[in-house]
Amino acid sequence: MRLTGYRRPDGRVGVRNHVVVLPVDDLSNRAAEGVATLIPGVVALPHPYGRLQFGEDLELTFRTLSGHGANPNVFGAVVIGIEPKWTERVASEIARTGKPVEAFSLEGYGDLRTIERASRAAYRLMQEASELEREPVEPRELVLSIKCGESDPTLGLAGNPALGRVVDRLVDEGATVIFGETSELTGAEHLIAARCATPEVREAFLRTYRDYVAMIEAKGVDLLGSQPTEGNIRGGLTTIEEKALGNIQKTGTRPVRRVLRPAEPVGPGEGLVFMDTSSAAAEMITLAVAGGSVLHFFTTGQGNVVGHPLVPVIKISPNPKTCETMAEHIDVPLPDLLLGEIGLEEAAARILDVFERTVRGRRTAAELLGHAEFVLTRLYPSA
Amino acid sequence: MRKAAAHRREDHVAVAVVDLSPGEEVEVAVLEGGAPLRVQVLEPIPLGHKVALKDIAEGEVVREYGEPIGRATRSIRRGAHVHTHNLRSLRWDFGGGR
Repeated sequence: MRLTGYRRPDGRVGVRNHVVVLPVDDLSNRAAEGVATLIPGVVALPHPYGRLQFGEDLELTFRTLSGHGANPNVFGAVVIGIEPKWTERVASEIARTGKPVEAFSLEGYGDLRTIERASRAAYRLMQEASELEREPVEPRELVLSIKCGESDPTLGLAGNPALGRVVDRLVDEGATVIFGETSELTGAEHLIAARCATPEVREAFLRTYRDYVAMIEAKGVDLLGSQPTEGNIRGGLTTIEEKALGNIQKTGTRPVRRVLRPAEPVGPGEGLVFMDTSSAAAEMITLAVAGGSVLHFFTTGQGNVVGHPLVPVIKISPNPKTCETMAEHIDVPLPDLLLGEIGLEEAAARILDVFERTVRGRRTAAELLGHAEFVLTRLYPSA
Repeated sequence: MRKAAAHRREDHVAVAVVDLSPGEEVEVAVLEGGAPLRVQVLEPIPLGHKVALKDIAEGEVVREYGEPIGRATRSIRRGAHVHTHNLRSLRWDFGGGR
């Protein structure tokens, strides 16, 4: 494979070279967006949370924010928060990667002075980032992630088995590949459990899955009506088991080597790993990027349009109608695979070709269309 | 040309890869290998939706991928559309009585 990327001070490799402005809380969105307005190319990541959270829910928000600053697709970060303590906490976590980070808090300065100071920092970072050159990199230096969305049975038949071949190949070359979607393993969890590399991993996986089911049961509800979604049902998926069995085709055939908490950092060379995540597209991708994913593969049946502000999302669809009606969203159309005109090997080769070009800098459909969904996962309400 | 595909030869259902019309006799590719199957379609089945490959009794566990995907809530004839009107999850049903 011919790949190029950006090497960071900690040795990690990114495939994009962003400068981010991270608001620690909802109150700082305005200043973060002000910086992004003044300095073109800077990526602001506004979000609605970060105040009066507590416990594991707060830790998850911190981990998600600092994980985005630490992500290897990021050259450097500007962190803005309402008060200094939590701001410093997010900034210092990012600084452990050795990349440049500057932190600003609003109290005692106000929006306008903060925007000016933070913009001057972003200006310097953007100029430094613009001088960094791409260099040859190897698959074993990359952390990647996978998910499907607006699924229908064309994914289980064609799109996901093709992506599964690609995942096997990349894992064999030493990449880390993150999959998640805890709720969407229902009916196929025994097949994932059987692929866990050790009894400890299997126990950790099954505990994660059972805890999820227990959480749903404790609410006195079931997920009929949410899983499968109305879009799934329109596309032909009938039950969660059918959706899950199609879903896991994209994980390929290699052993599952680790179980990660949501947004838990993971380095390259770990093989196929499971992260406990929601099955909602933007939430899952956000958690995987916080964990360190630098590129995401996304198969879609009915046509999900999701992207991410820092990470290229490669859209793959075998559904002929979607490839025709939503062509501008699909990077790798595979209707001929569904119809049996090409085989899985040819389909996997096409995905790998687009993967290599995307790593080297080709823009994805989601990047071109400005799809930049950044969505925090909450575990429970704020205090 | 294939108009539907099944994962396993013993599966109860195949997935339409084009829109299917009533009365059509269609070729069903079997992805695990071997000769294709044939089935006569009884009702319209849109692309991505399932067609029964055999008669299924009410209450029978329906298989796809060689795995259970739910239980038939009424009898289903070979060639019929299999979806939410006649198939229900074996999971996500924590005694709610629905």
